[in-house]
Amino acid sequence: MTSAPLLETRALRRNFGALAAARDIDFRLEAGARHALIGPNGAGKTTFINLLTGVVRPTAGVILMNGRDITAVPEAERVKLGIARTFQINRLFRRLSVLENVYIAVAERVGAAPSMRRPAGLRRDVVEESMELLDTLKLSADAARRVSELPYGRQRLVEIAIALGLEPRVLLLDEPAAGVPSAESHIILDAVERLPRQIAVLIIDHDMDLVFRFAQRITVLVSGAVFATGSPREIGANPDVRAVYLGQVARG
Amino acid sequence: MAEALALRHISAGYGDTVVLEDVNLAIQAGESISVIGRNGVGKTTLLATVMGHTTLHGGEVTLGGVSLARVPVFRRARSGIGFVPQEREIFPSLTVRENLEVGARPGPWTQERVFDLFPNLGARLSHAGSQLSGGEQQMLSIARALLTNPRILLMDEPTEGLAPVIVEALAAVLARLAAEGALSIVLVEQNSRVALAFSARTVVMDKGRIVYDGASAALAADGERLAKLIGVE
Amino acid sequence: MTAPPTGWSDHPAARALAGRHRLRAWEPIPWLLALAFYFAFPKYLGFGTEVLVTILFALSLDLVLGYAGIVTLGHAAFFGAGAYTVGMLAKHGIWNEPITGLILAALVAALIGLGSGVVLLRTQGLTLLMLTLCTMALLEEAANLAHDYTGGFDGLDSLPIAPLLGWFEFNPLYPRTQYLYVLSVLFVCFVFVRTLVYSPFGQSLTGIRENTLRMHAVGAPVRRRLVLCYVLSAAIAGVAGGVWAQANAYVNLGTLGLDRAATVLIILVLGGHGRLYGAFVGAVAYMALAHFLSKIYPTAWQLGLGLLLVVIALFAKNGILGIVEAAVRRHAPRVT
Repeated sequence: MTSAPLLETRALRRNFGALAAARDIDFRLEAGARHALIGPNGAGKTTFINLLTGVVRPTAGVILMNGRDITAVPEAERVKLGIARTFQINRLFRRLSVLENVYIAVAERVGAAPSMRRPAGLRRDVVEESMELLDTLKLSADAARRVSELPYGRQRLVEIAIALGLEPRVLLLDEPAAGVPSAESHIILDAVERLPRQIAVLIIDHDMDLVFRFAQRITVLVSGAVFATGSPREIGANPDVRAVYLGQVARG
Repeated sequence: MAEALALRHISAGYGDTVVLEDVNLAIQAGESISVIGRNGVGKTTLLATVMGHTTLHGGEVTLGGVSLARVPVFRRARSGIGFVPQEREIFPSLTVRENLEVGARPGPWTQERVFDLFPNLGARLSHAGSQLSGGEQQMLSIARALLTNPRILLMDEPTEGLAPVIVEALAAVLARLAAEGALSIVLVEQNSRVALAFSARTVVMDKGRIVYDGASAALAADGERLAKLIGVE
Repeated sequence: MTAPPTGWSDHPAARALAGRHRLRAWEPIPWLLALAFYFAFPKYLGFGTEVLVTILFALSLDLVLGYAGIVTLGHAAFFGAGAYTVGMLAKHGIWNEPITGLILAALVAALIGLGSGVVLLRTQGLTLLMLTLCTMALLEEAANLAHDYTGGFDGLDSLPIAPLLGWFEFNPLYPRTQYLYVLSVLFVCFVFVRTLVYSPFGQSLTGIRENTLRMHAVGAPVRRRLVLCYVLSAAIAGVAGGVWAQANAYVNLGTLGLDRAATVLIILVLGGHGRLYGAFVGAVAYMALAHFLSKIYPTAWQLGLGLLLVVIALFAKNGILGIVEAAVRRHAPRVT
């Protein structure tokens, strides 16, 4: 028996009325993994992320982190345990500057956020760390701009920056390249590839260039259940996966 | 051939901000085009201007030779323009069935035909729009526009968020529609591969202007020129 | 300092963040004007005092509405709680020292804010709006029924408030003491609110207003923050009610009513919410206008006021200050 994986689900189930959005999902995410979750529209990929982050409570099954049962741990505390996510549709503080967006996340993590006295801008440690982070994503030149003024592709990077500001051990990326023109999607791909090795990354995306270039392991979800799991080569060659999801784009 | 849609010397934007500058574009009846270009160059604004969602600073939009200047938004939709907006704009509290029935008009597109294209929708007829996944909402938005049986279909990034098999199916259907020439499609698309394969004619936009208007094949064959036009860094 | 002295502190974004709490050149002007008013219009000090109290009340609302995005129609509950605390303590001969009286008013209002906030702030939107309204109505009815303590419908008048600092009398006919006293209280509360909104806590409130879902996702205890903000705002509203009772030497059901709650909301929206000084501009504009219109058209003055508000709501979503900001931006191109 190997040691417990970083994040694991056992028989995880979630029903929405008569619809089973997650059916007995057994899933393992190892430390430092590069894992992709693909599947047809409505297969329950985002629901799975919502289950992992605690936005949605499972109907049955357990979620373990390093072997510890975190099924009942609320969302905010899971963030403290190191689970961070990005959203399929940008959820940014649109009227704030790029720096302020990341500042809010970093301030929350280092425990500066409850402070009422010192002006936010004088927390040099938080500002420095936020700027460093923006710099690694090549966003520092835009730091002073309002998020809503940035092109959509760069806004997607801010999504990632906010999540990284939480120093996650597990990063869940829900369609990070959604809405980004193909000419710019390499910016996202580069950023995702440069993520620190020690972070385990689970990525959902329909851009197969991105998925096959990035992932070391792929799980295919269909109708809420795990349909197949394997290396990109295995998944790409799987005729059933081609039929339900990949179509002609798959590579052997 | 009759002109289905024409934009003449259009300058438009939001409030005082001008996004489109002196845009000229004519589409014949039954002709389809793709519009590509970087983010924020005015592709969405172009469609929004046809729909009447922007501030027109100059120029004229005509539909079948008739000026749209004084035609309010809802009448533009009724006069045969179908619109698939980027934000999908489905009705979250209505069911899938109700979403599809809103604005539906008789014509070659029926619910059965739409469900052949998007089986997900047929399976979830009684679910509320808000319960659909992102990709399913996109399907719903496209299906709703098709069921109005438009003469001109404006689509803003319809393949966004769809599974590759669905993108293929949709691209095939769009290509067939374009080839049949029964309606005109203006396809704004981020994915230049899909765009260039879709129609014989492609328009490239940059900084609010049209910088290329010609054969798709010529662009597809000249990767360097394409890269320059849509700005791959 | 954990950060090295070099690094990013010179970046425009860091400078903007580090500089936004600094005093701007125009900021002393409202305070100087308020002082000038004291000398220039000795006959209008009663009106001036009323304006200052309203500014303080609107400021408390700005904290929850403008910064945290909590929509409430029941903020007068806290104003009334503060006013009745001062009034009942004084009338029944328990306590009538003004400054400690205000602290008690703040405490009582804060407690009510805590009790109601813990329950109400689980909801949002229309539900929240209705619940804040109901809470206020409950308090109003309680004050009406507890006639023996609150004076019921008639309220409590001729409150025996002790002289300020044992020396300065509150004279209802010559409210000089009241004016300067309320101005000082406003100043102290303003400094508190100003510090708060520029702090990391204030930044996180703005975050909650801009995107609650995202705040949950960065691990922020959203409800706890909102309740805390609500309690602080209630305390300030309680202080506003307390000084109002002290300055007028009476308290009545009107301090708890929908009329007051709606008016302060209108004032804040008129001035511009989420902007600190919106409370000042809105209160002065609304009350001055109401004052003069009611003199010119004693019967139909509210009609004129209503029309003005419709115009503001239609064309200036961010209130008077929003118009000013837009004009400044147009004339001074941004340096980025």
